Amino acid sequence: MDIQLTEEQELLRGSLQRLLRDRYDFDARRKIVATDEGWSRKHWSAFAELGLCAAPFQESSGGLGGGPLATMIVMREFGRNLVVEPFLETVVLAGGLIEDVGSQAQHDAFLPQIMAGESIWALAWAEGCSRYDFNNVATTARRQSEVYVLNGTKATVIGAPWADKLIVSARTSGEPRDRSGVSLFVVDRQSANLHLQSFKTIDGRRAAEITLMNVQVPASQLLGTEGEGVAALEACRDRAIAALCAEAVGAMSELNSVTLEYAKTRKQFGVALGTFQVLQHRMVDMFIALEEAISLTQHLNLSLATGEPHGSKLASGAKSKVGYAARFIAEQAIQLHGGMGMSDELNVGHYFKRIASINVQFGDPTYHLMRYARS
Amino acid sequence: MELSLSREDAAFRDEVRAFIAENYPHEMRVPNPETDLTKDQMLLWHRILHKKGWIAPLWPKEYGGPGWSITRRFIFEQETSRAGTLPPLAFSVTMVGPVIYTFGNEAQKKKFLPRILSGKDWWCQGYSEPGSGSDLASVRTKAVRDGDHYIVNGHKTWTTLAQHADWIFCLVRTDPAAKAQAGISFLLIDMKSPGVTVRPIITIDGSHEVNDVFLEDVRVPAENLIGEENKGWSYAKFLLGNERTSMASIGRSTRYLNRLKQIVKSEISADDPAFSEFIREIARVELDVLALEATELRIVAQMSRGIEPGPVASLFKIRGTEIFQRITDLTHQAIGNYGLAIREHPISANHFMPGPDYGHTASEKYMNSRKLSIYGGSNEIQRNIIAKAVLGL
Repeated sequence: MDIQLTEEQELLRGSLQRLLRDRYDFDARRKIVATDEGWSRKHWSAFAELGLCAAPFQESSGGLGGGPLATMIVMREFGRNLVVEPFLETVVLAGGLIEDVGSQAQHDAFLPQIMAGESIWALAWAEGCSRYDFNNVATTARRQSEVYVLNGTKATVIGAPWADKLIVSARTSGEPRDRSGVSLFVVDRQSANLHLQSFKTIDGRRAAEITLMNVQVPASQLLGTEGEGVAALEACRDRAIAALCAEAVGAMSELNSVTLEYAKTRKQFGVALGTFQVLQHRMVDMFIALEEAISLTQHLNLSLATGEPHGSKLASGAKSKVGYAARFIAEQAIQLHGGMGMSDELNVGHYFKRIASINVQFGDPTYHLMRYARS
Repeated sequence: MELSLSREDAAFRDEVRAFIAENYPHEMRVPNPETDLTKDQMLLWHRILHKKGWIAPLWPKEYGGPGWSITRRFIFEQETSRAGTLPPLAFSVTMVGPVIYTFGNEAQKKKFLPRILSGKDWWCQGYSEPGSGSDLASVRTKAVRDGDHYIVNGHKTWTTLAQHADWIFCLVRTDPAAKAQAGISFLLIDMKSPGVTVRPIITIDGSHEVNDVFLEDVRVPAENLIGEENKGWSYAKFLLGNERTSMASIGRSTRYLNRLKQIVKSEISADDPAFSEFIREIARVELDVLALEATELRIVAQMSRGIEPGPVASLFKIRGTEIFQRITDLTHQAIGNYGLAIREHPISANHFMPGPDYGHTASEKYMNSRKLSIYGGSNEIQRNIIAKAVLGL
């Protein structure tokens, strides 16, 4: 049950920790976020050189065969350091979808570039009225001989302004809420008649509203079986949740340690904050919340790695429980830092914002609680 | 959720499972085993486990333990708890036994350990006093040396199942001049000694689990002192560490949670908004159980690799008890109007109790489980322990 890392996994974690310590401290991250682009291609290349982009893929796909556990290791460190580069979007979401449902030709065309860190991807599944359901798709894809013609608007697509390629969900048949009839397409971000309206997200990333007006996509760019995109997206979401939980755990552990440190040094009424029992007990509850989140995240990733049944139900359970725990820790970390916690200078607020963002991505804790309860 | 087990350990698990299925006494399956059984009934399973050599999983082999690995101890704990068996009396087997074989002399080991294993002696715990609550070091019961005896005077309280006990292990003050922890000794007292009086305390659920124990000029042979005089505090702390090891109680919570689900389905129609509210609350508790279980397995896996878990036992106590309290709270809410009723004097069990069978223990469990966050070091004390020992505050 407890994950004892293999030598390879230890190596991955150790080298990533060193890289982030040397080149991705809070100051460096602040500078990256403040650039026009909002991310760093240089750092992305460094990640790729370490093998991160190839780590989770199967060896038969040309990857390192690390699976969900490799993703977990990477995401936890990214969570600690608030890394903004689109590892989740490119490797976990797009790479995972292509590996899972893509054709051999699509594997050959896309995976080597992703693994080499040479192409950036984003997943455009949400729409203005979709909330968190993959079947709520109003965007249409109409087959016209050798092309599909896409029309519609995709919402809050994280990383789209950085992306070379998009995976877009669109309806090839059925009504806007039907489960069947949703298909996935690989679309060039530079396609004619595809418009991006970019914006900054609360956690320092970039996202876009995407409008598709008669965008022509070659039929060969249909990803997976026509009409069965919802199932592919659901499996993709399980992997995304496992990764996001690990990222949240990384952020939570940093928040707990900076808060604890602050409580030991900051003095009020002539004594350290940490001497007040009410604050001690709060921090104990933060400690417990983190321990439980670590356990559940490991359990989920191990279950996905071994292909346990009920993995999807467990993913929703973990998204909910870890989400509530992360929100509790993030809110209390600000509270215990007092006025300082409100300052943009301090990293605390930035972890808070990343956690708030994680809690929205792919469904909030309440949404997944009900999904867990009903499945 | 399961530990990944070796083939031998998996076979062991199957053996334990089969043994429980074949041997757990039917007459112990009563609505509320903690309150409804007589002393002899409670000891039935104890004796069966003793005969099998499984009564004291924690104990070293030389004292009568089965010599199990950490993994097997955990499997045994998990299987017996999942099957809803009544655990053997903790005061005897998990508390005083280890103190005796760790700190006692040869004569004490020889005299007491076999009788603990066989169930011949029933032990109770003389820690709490009217003024002491969670602050154990404030013990006032005095033991004054008089030749080869101690003369003990004092008042112990909240003494669980003292009405059945043959022996009581007591914290007593042997040096009134020393400060708090320093003047305390660990003394074993025969409950049949003249001057020992037990008075029942009836708790809010109507059950008789706890007692006052009055000690008036009780003459205790000095040979019943454990270890050294005035060193009792360190033995007491050792014992409390054992007390908290398995308080996550995943098996119990899972059983009660499954029952709660059935009750909600039977009692509340699916189109009632209250139904959704219950489903949601149950899902939250179920995830709490899952996360605690995953944590327990993580710690067990670490321990089996030789990593000491440290005061994380306090985490299990806090969360295990909070979770179970929440389940009993929800169960009481789920039975609706019949939550007004409570069984009277469970041992006689011949009073009219209205409503469906599944609701008969809901009120008493809800009330009785309030104790969980208080005993064994209150949950606030547990948080103090984590704050100090883990967080360094």
